[in-house]
Amino acid sequence: MKTVQFREALREAMSEEMRADENIFLLGEEVAEYNGAYKVSQGMLDEFGEKRVIDTPIAELGFTGIAVGAAMNGLRPIVEFMTWNFAILAADQIINEAAKILQMSGGQIGCPIVFRGGNGTAGQLGATHSQSFEAFYAHVPGLKVITPSNPYDAKGLLKAAIRDNDPVVFLESEKMYGDKGEIPEGEYIIPIGVADVKRAGTDVTLVSFGKIIKECHAAADELAKEGISAEIIDLRTIRPIDYPAVVESVKKTNRCVVVEESWPLASIASEIAYHLQNYAFDHLDAPVKRVMQSDTPFPFSPSLMAEALPNPARIIAAVKSVMYK
Amino acid sequence: MATKTAAKKPSKAAKTTRKSKASKFSKATYIKWYTDMLLIRKFEEKISQLYIQQKFGGFLHVYIGQEAIAVGTVSGSQKGDKHITAYRDHGHPIALGSDPRVLAAELYGKSTGCSKGKGGSMHFFDVERGFMGGHGIVGAQIPMGAGIAFAEQYKGTKNVCFCSFGDGAARQGALHETFNMAMNWNLPCVFIIENNNYAMGTSVERTTNVTDMSQIGASYDMPSFIVDGMSPEAVHEAIEEAADRARKGNGPTLLDIRTYRYKGHSMSDPQKYRTKEEVADWQAKDPIDHCLKVIKDNKWLTEKKITEIQDWVKKEVAESIKFAEDSPLPTPDELYKDVYKEEYPFIKEYLA
Ligand SMILES: Cc1ncc(C[n+]2csc(CCOP(=O)(O)OP(=O)(O)O)c2C)c(N)n1
Ligand SMILES: [Mg+2]
Repeated sequence: MKTVQFREALREAMSEEMRADENIFLLGEEVAEYNGAYKVSQGMLDEFGEKRVIDTPIAELGFTGIAVGAAMNGLRPIVEFMTWNFAILAADQIINEAAKILQMSGGQIGCPIVFRGGNGTAGQLGATHSQSFEAFYAHVPGLKVITPSNPYDAKGLLKAAIRDNDPVVFLESEKMYGDKGEIPEGEYIIPIGVADVKRAGTDVTLVSFGKIIKECHAAADELAKEGISAEIIDLRTIRPIDYPAVVESVKKTNRCVVVEESWPLASIASEIAYHLQNYAFDHLDAPVKRVMQSDTPFPFSPSLMAEALPNPARIIAAVKSVMYK
Repeated sequence: MATKTAAKKPSKAAKTTRKSKASKFSKATYIKWYTDMLLIRKFEEKISQLYIQQKFGGFLHVYIGQEAIAVGTVSGSQKGDKHITAYRDHGHPIALGSDPRVLAAELYGKSTGCSKGKGGSMHFFDVERGFMGGHGIVGAQIPMGAGIAFAEQYKGTKNVCFCSFGDGAARQGALHETFNMAMNWNLPCVFIIENNNYAMGTSVERTTNVTDMSQIGASYDMPSFIVDGMSPEAVHEAIEEAADRARKGNGPTLLDIRTYRYKGHSMSDPQKYRTKEEVADWQAKDPIDHCLKVIKDNKWLTEKKITEIQDWVKKEVAESIKFAEDSPLPTPDELYKDVYKEEYPFIKEYLA
């Protein structure tokens, strides 16, 4: 094993896959000469040259459309968005084209493409720079959606995403790029659609994904001191969601809290709650609770930011409420 | 860099910077143009009738009047080239040789359709013949077309992508982003404005102060030309020249091809925005009539042979409709197919 930063794990995934397949290339704003806005692609221009590591103008819709067209015609692009907030400008190409071309062409044209970049809140950046897109993109049939929470998962899942023959939305975080973690020296792949039990427990299931899972760990540590054993399920893939993993865990714990760094309405949490009432109704000893980001544009001021985000105290309160404590 | 023709001041009627001499093109080319355009025209006249009789649903946008662009583009292009267009997409695949039977079946949503009944009128595809689709989101195919060209460049082929879109689509921001990158990256893409002067009910002059659309290329230094879209000869020449530029590694071209749709935008268009006289003026320049006249003037075909072509077209159209009507609808299990490349059990199992 070796210790790497999250950004290095992503870079290794891309570089290994690019070495193995000439048809893979990376494009986006500042990915080449600047070595990436968040240094994910550092050194890749030197290794792969300007044919395969391509700086674009600030034109999300245009370069995404070009990448989609290239994917329709035999290539396997990786599109880096500086952050997913800016990819809203490219949503037409992701949602209307990449996600639908296989079906509308009756299976004639696929779109093997990875869209990746920073997602979610990242400090005091204001409302336009602080959004999470899991629920947005998970809504769309034809896409796959991944949110890794540590370097190990990031590398294994990004490799799977690059090899996948369908369009994959890969959501990272500006706040996680510096996170360190262990990964094997050799090659490995983590299959899409498989959740991971990040911490085993017996009293309550915490379902979460992405960087907010750190808050779940902090809460679980506190709860343990009080004799409450929390199981943490990291969804890792948001579409397809590994529903059986969640259902099986809840059959064991009989209680569930979903922790999500996004708005409550039409969220992944609401989706999980639906499935639990449908598939684990008789196993639930309490209604499913969720701990969400506030239902507001994300605030700027530190005091309001603290108020808006899920934190261990709110998670603990939710756990106690489902345990009637 | 290729030479640029200064764009001429626009007029409602097509003004062309190039004149074609009929002599340059062979008898075989004229017969092919005539046959293909006639097939497109008769196919669409028939499906329009059937649509009014509610034999099939969806939107229906016919290409009638614009046929010279599809056949001139195809005759001026080469095997291996790619074509992409908007939802007015019946002409291109027919010109490329798609079987009208599978196109008709697509209109009916039948499993034998060119897109297995999953695309409908606006989303025809025939990848085998280089037809990368009809696309329903106005202007979305502009960056995609450039991306298809990008892939050809990346793979080191000499193939070109012909990317067609309407005068209305040309107002999308995506065009500007794409033109900039296509020039900057020297992509082998020919951008074709099928300028029929209307986006639904809105004329070009009502949506811009710069009505000469060939000027759009200017700020990107893109070689840009106005082309007579009622003339397959002019289209063919412009396409060939633009494609040649792209194949030599000299990048994209913009062709502002002036044309006209004789029918409404879709089948539900009362056409209050234009006069009958305007339509008649353009119909007087009909490319099918023109090709037939050239064939007759040159005595290339006897009346009998011409009637044979017309009968063959009629038969093709009739058989296409029969094929469509006799074909089976997709079975329910098709619903979850082609959403993902691999089998995707989560959907079926859990979204019940
Ligand atoms: C993004 C988008 N906006 C609006 C529409 C609705 N719409 C369909 S066709 C059309 C007019 C387009 O005109 P033009 O590009 O000139 O093509 P033409 O119909 O003349 O071939 C409009 C507004 C759409 N399909 N997509
Ligand atoms: Mg138009």
